[in-house]
Amino acid sequence: MSADVTTAAVPASRQLAVPNWVRLAVIWGLLIAAPYWLPLLGGYTALAGRVLVFGLAAMGLNLLLGFTGVLSFGHAAYFGLGAYGAGLTLRYLVHSTPIAMLAGTLLGGLAGTLFGLLIVRRRGVYFAMCTIAFGQLWYYLAYSWNDFTGGFDGLRDFHREPIGFGPLTLDITAGGPQFYYFLLAVFAIAVTLLGLLVRSPFGHTLRAIRENERRARFLAIPVERQIWLSFSISCFFTALAGTLYALLNNFADPMALHYSLSGYFVVMCVMGGMRTFWGPILGATVFVVLQDYISSMTVNWMSFVGTIFVLVVLFFPRGLLGMRRQRSSE
Amino acid sequence: MTQVILYNVTNGLIIGAFYVLMALGLSLILNLSNVINFAHGNFLALGGYLAFTLSPVLGYWGALLVSPLLTGLIGLVIERLMIRRVYNRDPVYSLLLTFGFAFVMQDIARYVWGPNGLPLGLPDFLSRPVSAELFFITWYRIFMVTVVILTVLGLFGFLRYTRVGVRIRAGTLDLETVASLGVNISFLRTFNFALGCMLAGLSGVLAAGQIGLNPNMGDDLLMPSFIAIIVGGVGSLIGTLFGGLLIGMAAALTTVFFPTASEAVIYAIMMIVLLLRPRGLMGEEGMLS
Repeated sequence: MSADVTTAAVPASRQLAVPNWVRLAVIWGLLIAAPYWLPLLGGYTALAGRVLVFGLAAMGLNLLLGFTGVLSFGHAAYFGLGAYGAGLTLRYLVHSTPIAMLAGTLLGGLAGTLFGLLIVRRRGVYFAMCTIAFGQLWYYLAYSWNDFTGGFDGLRDFHREPIGFGPLTLDITAGGPQFYYFLLAVFAIAVTLLGLLVRSPFGHTLRAIRENERRARFLAIPVERQIWLSFSISCFFTALAGTLYALLNNFADPMALHYSLSGYFVVMCVMGGMRTFWGPILGATVFVVLQDYISSMTVNWMSFVGTIFVLVVLFFPRGLLGMRRQRSSE
Repeated sequence: MTQVILYNVTNGLIIGAFYVLMALGLSLILNLSNVINFAHGNFLALGGYLAFTLSPVLGYWGALLVSPLLTGLIGLVIERLMIRRVYNRDPVYSLLLTFGFAFVMQDIARYVWGPNGLPLGLPDFLSRPVSAELFFITWYRIFMVTVVILTVLGLFGFLRYTRVGVRIRAGTLDLETVASLGVNISFLRTFNFALGCMLAGLSGVLAAGQIGLNPNMGDDLLMPSFIAIIVGGVGSLIGTLFGGLLIGMAAALTTVFFPTASEAVIYAIMMIVLLLRPRGLMGEEGMLS
């Protein structure tokens, strides 16, 4: 799991003076210490948790968007399905956090896997349009199935349960640093898996497809199958992030399924640098903190968020990390 | 029962007509410029609000004529200033750009005209029902459907018989060749974008007379329009036309039997079409794929 699992043919670490392990140490150091330095900047621990959750969702999406070059604009569906899956399990079935997480991840991931089969031959904007439309199906379902999902008001009346047995119990029911470190542990495991995946031969074929689909096909890479797998895996990761979202808020709302959230995920990836491994978490940090700040200042936060989108597209298309890489290669 | 079904068929026709107008505009822009215009619903709202502001001055008929043109003009300016910059880039950028723009436009509408619903006044005779038995069919509904039919006929005539229209259709199939034959495709795309926005503006004025105005009135129409395009097949305007009518009718008729499933049924249609005929009912094979 290194930061140079990117597009450049020459490893980025050779272009930059900073050794790889220093960069990793800085990233994890900042994440581990977040409950301590964030309040100094006016943040709070739950905000750091939100950064992790949205960051994980965006990194999951980025496997598809940045590393396979396929545009999904409907990943909120799998995020929201994860959230509802976890919430519904906790509310109706068993009071167990791990089982709820498993159920939510499976629900979102399998929905994505099945839908991926239908659209894997579409490309570009057509693919994006299909993902948006399919995503909205779940939004309307959660919205109109009042008795079961809580409808517009969202799913309430569930809360996260302590994990473990007897003396080994980890009490995460309170909102403090303990829960944050639980989130961070899940995040770390998921990101390690993602990193291994991106570096594996499978990950290399994905990048080959992104760079030149026709050539990849001539090299006997099963393009459709790889794109489908990439879509499916990225849905599983995003759904996992969704279950964490439900645990974080003890609440799941239809807006977690809405296509505007898909747009936020995409902008997080682009803002941080979608051709880089760590870009999405940086983008998520900037986006979540900015949104929190702006929406506490003004009711017209929508125009600010919209303006961020426009500015990113027109002036920072490579994202924050992408910019640095470009400069260093000059 | 006959009345209930008739009522819902009229409803379906009207909803379908809106989907068609909206989706045709989206489809025009998508086919030629490969851009999904997320702000299309906001151009619709803009058209309605402009009519609200203009109708005291110009009267209803003047507003009906002028505000779509104004919407198209605003679309033209936006295309020239922003959308044009992302044509040759990854589709993710055009999506993010129009998506962000939709947010800004919605907030502007809320700021200028207020967050609450507003009514658009209609001429008296339009709001009267056709007859006592058919009390649910007002003249306005008939008028609306007529306008949509005339607009669609006009659009197809324009695309078939005028030089610019033929170029737009040719550009849909192969933009590079059209450019190499000496057509100014930058102008063509701008004009085409403005045309799409004009259609959205027109549907906004028509919708405002029926359901009133609010800042996010276009949002509910955006998704069905996407689905109309997918069902009809990307690249085919006729397909979009039938796709819009099909899902409008399906949604309305489902309301008779299972009111709660009326949203779900259009998604079900989309899934079935994607499963059985992935390019859409009338789509060209290989279009945008």
